[in-house]
Amino acid sequence: MSMLEVKDLHTSFFTPSGEVKAVNGLSFNLEKGKVLGIVGESGSGKSVTAYSILQILTHPGRIVSGSIKLHGQELVGLSDEEMRRIRGNKISIIFQDPMTSLNPTFTIGNQLMEAILLHTDRTREQAQQRAIEMLNLVGISEPEKRLEQYAFELSGGMRQRVMIAMALACEPDILIADEPTTALDVTIQAQILELMLRLQKELGMAIIMITHDMGVIAQICDEVIVMYAGGVCERGTTDEIFYHPMHEYTRGLMRSIPHMNDDEKNRLIPITGTPIDLLNMPKGCPFAPRCDAAMKICLQEKPKEYWVGRDHLSACWMNVKENRCYAERPEADEEVNGRE
Amino acid sequence: MSDKRTAPLVQVRHLKQYFPVSTGLFKKTMLKAVDDVSFEIEKGETLGLVGESGCGKTTVGRTMLHLYKPTEGEIWFDGTKIEGTQALHSYRRRAQMVFQDPYSSLNPRMTVADIVAEPIDVHHLCPNKKAREDRIRELMSLVGLNTEHATRYAHEFSGGQRQRIGIARALASQPEFIVCDEPVSALDVSIQAQVINMLEDLQQQLGLTYLFIAHDISVVKHISNRIAVMYLGHMMELASSNELTHHPLHPYTISLMSAVPLPDPRESRKQQRIVLEGDVPSPLKMPSGCPFRTRCSRATEECARRCPEMKEAAPGHFVACHHI
Repeated sequence: MSMLEVKDLHTSFFTPSGEVKAVNGLSFNLEKGKVLGIVGESGSGKSVTAYSILQILTHPGRIVSGSIKLHGQELVGLSDEEMRRIRGNKISIIFQDPMTSLNPTFTIGNQLMEAILLHTDRTREQAQQRAIEMLNLVGISEPEKRLEQYAFELSGGMRQRVMIAMALACEPDILIADEPTTALDVTIQAQILELMLRLQKELGMAIIMITHDMGVIAQICDEVIVMYAGGVCERGTTDEIFYHPMHEYTRGLMRSIPHMNDDEKNRLIPITGTPIDLLNMPKGCPFAPRCDAAMKICLQEKPKEYWVGRDHLSACWMNVKENRCYAERPEADEEVNGRE
Repeated sequence: MSDKRTAPLVQVRHLKQYFPVSTGLFKKTMLKAVDDVSFEIEKGETLGLVGESGCGKTTVGRTMLHLYKPTEGEIWFDGTKIEGTQALHSYRRRAQMVFQDPYSSLNPRMTVADIVAEPIDVHHLCPNKKAREDRIRELMSLVGLNTEHATRYAHEFSGGQRQRIGIARALASQPEFIVCDEPVSALDVSIQAQVINMLEDLQQQLGLTYLFIAHDISVVKHISNRIAVMYLGHMMELASSNELTHHPLHPYTISLMSAVPLPDPRESRKQQRIVLEGDVPSPLKMPSGCPFRTRCSRATEECARRCPEMKEAAPGHFVACHHI
């Protein structure tokens, strides 16, 4: 049994101008100790997926249907009280902007100890001890002094370390990282990613890494979900997605990013058009209006997810047309779609 | 670009830009945002400017256009020193800027036509209304905008389209030189490539010269002929883009290049990352000597004593480090 099982999740925002289907039929499993990347552009539903798992959606958003199971326990439909026991304890989250996600009026120590006191039966002294331990773990110097400081006294990289310390204080099974390094510089990003990977190995937790940066995905993820307009384009192991992309959107993304080793500076091939309006979703595949290979059926019917490799699922009519799909998970990769 | 070296279009000589910051009730400290930076850009060239937040790259771009009055130093454009109202007025027509944030850099109360036409009106470039309107239409189609949308307001457009409006505005006064300050950082990956390609096409068509400021090194490498690296207001290294990305010499550039996330899992696994310790020091408390020495693995006493000067380590490859 997987640690986290998400099945056919639908989350919508009921706005005055209509229903916005932010997540539209998402399924995935997360195994213990794995790093899962969710990649997509703004509005693709990657953050809403995270908020749905933790049920911290803001009004007018709510989970319409689907199931989210943690260790077999259904989370959809739990009361606020029950969810509070899971948040920060079993599943933690760190946000993109470390400045606005720390409270400016409380000390770092105060905020760190809050989670520990809430979820464990440690005393104040023990909680403080634990807070110092955590700050040490994330590589913050002079932790005793830091406990007395406020968020504004720390640099961006430092604040993100505090956020990580806070998220990990109760040893969660799953850490959700929502664009944790987007606001940081590359050298600081390298520090934070390295830290996250080290802690993941030491504590044996699973990470859901939400990002728009294919470079970050390539660096730390075992598996990837590529999202577009609230749906899954394809999902599989990182190597599969990067070296055998089976969806036109993923292929388009790869072609449109400049590569460091490209000395010829070959012209980029952009994805044409603009991202889709979530209020006016087309009937068929959401990517069809921008897809160069779109066929008649793409505009009429939404493609289902099919196996296209041993560790690879894709929702694209092209795979059906070219006979690259399997009804069940194929046995070995060698025989599948001509891989080396 | 031709191989023949022509006279540079833009020259920056010993540019300094200090801002007074109050650090106490009666105390003012000088924040040295840019400290003694010199470089040249040739006609038709793109010079990339990279560095982390707070390194002064945006300030360099703005000071070059005299949006800030330089504390010290000179800016030369097409053989003329930019000094006095006359020179500045003509320079302002010939040098333009594209801003990072396509949301806050367009006036929400103006129609697209008025935004694009503002430089035309300021510099009296069109003799009559008809010519003005034709020019607006020409500019809009040049950047791939639907000319029928001229009467719309900025909020009706997506981020990528807004950046196109900003570029059309910059092109309106027929400039020769454009400072692009993080023009694609706020855009989605799939839209970034559209705007990058457009900037490249416009450069070809109109013979433009760019200063391209960005923190995304792969994007800068793609678009630039040469790249300059800044750290805490100082220039650390300057070389052709291929040379700089493959053979960086300065310890800071080396770690910067090693930290760039590569969108390729196998390459990424092979990558030898040199992770820098600690944070960038505050520009109000600059270290003595070399600004990078507090995080540098090769720092010696010499580095604390004296700030290294830029020297040519290989033809066309300049670096400011005592150890090279």
